Amino acid sequence: MERSASRREFLKIAGVAAGIGLSAAVSVRPASATPPEMQEAIRKVVGAARVTPGKVKIDLPPLIENGNAVPLTVRVDSPMTEADHVRAVHVFTEKNPQPYVVTFHLGPRAGRAQVATRMRLADSQNVVAICELSDGSFWSDNASIVVTLAACLEDGI
Amino acid sequence: MASALINVPARAKRGEIIEIKTLISHVMETGFRHTQLGAVIPRNIIRRFVCTYNGTEIFSADLYPAISANPFIVFSTVATESGTLSFQWTGDNGFSVTESAKITVE
Repeated sequence: MERSASRREFLKIAGVAAGIGLSAAVSVRPASATPPEMQEAIRKVVGAARVTPGKVKIDLPPLIENGNAVPLTVRVDSPMTEADHVRAVHVFTEKNPQPYVVTFHLGPRAGRAQVATRMRLADSQNVVAICELSDGSFWSDNASIVVTLAACLEDGI
Repeated sequence: MASALINVPARAKRGEIIEIKTLISHVMETGFRHTQLGAVIPRNIIRRFVCTYNGTEIFSADLYPAISANPFIVFSTVATESGTLSFQWTGDNGFSVTESAKITVE
C-alpha cells in the first residue's frame, strides 16, 4: 500500500514536470500565425463576401514525416467556361509564421480547375483553401495534417 | 543557368487539356530562420510565377515563404494553337528566370 501510494505521488510530480516542460517548449517557438491571424488574412482576400464550405477540395496527406515539402493539390468543381470559371485559389495555414501559402490565378483557359505544389508546414495544423469563382462567390475547404518533422524550426549555418 | 525544368507535351490535339509541370531550383529562404549566432537569415524567395501561351497570360501564382525550396507547380491549360509557352519566375534580390517550351497542336 505504502509503495503504490508513493509511486502515485511520483507519477503526479512527473506529470506536472512534463507539463511545465511542454509549455516552456511552446513558449520558445517562433511567433506563428494564430487562427485569428489566419481569419484576418482570409478577410483581407475575401472582403465582405460570404465563404461557403464546398465546391473546392484540398488534397493533403493526413500524416507527413517532413514538413519541408508537403504535396498539396487543390481541385475545384467547376466547368471552367467563359461564364463560369475559377478566378483564383488561395491557400492559408493556421500555425505557420505567416498565414499565406500561395495564390493561384486561373482563368477559363485552364480547362481544368486543378493545381498542385509543395508547401512547408511548421506544425500539425489545419490548412484552408479558398476559391474565388467568376460570379464573385467564395468557397472553402480545410484539411488537418499531422507533421512529424516541422519546417522552419531548424537553424541555418 | 538552366535551373528550371518544364514538362509540356510536345504534341496535343486541339481542345485537349494538357498538364504542365514546372520545377525551378531556388532556396526559398523564409526569412524566419536564424544563424547559430542569432542573426536572421534574410528572406530570399520567388514571389511570382507567370505562364503565357503565345503572349496571353493563362496562369500565374503569388508565392510566399510557405512554399518549399525548389518550387514545384502543376497546372493545366487547353491546347488551342501551336506556339510557345513562356514561363517566368521573379523574386527577391532581382531574381528572374524565363524559360519557354514549344507545343504543336493538330
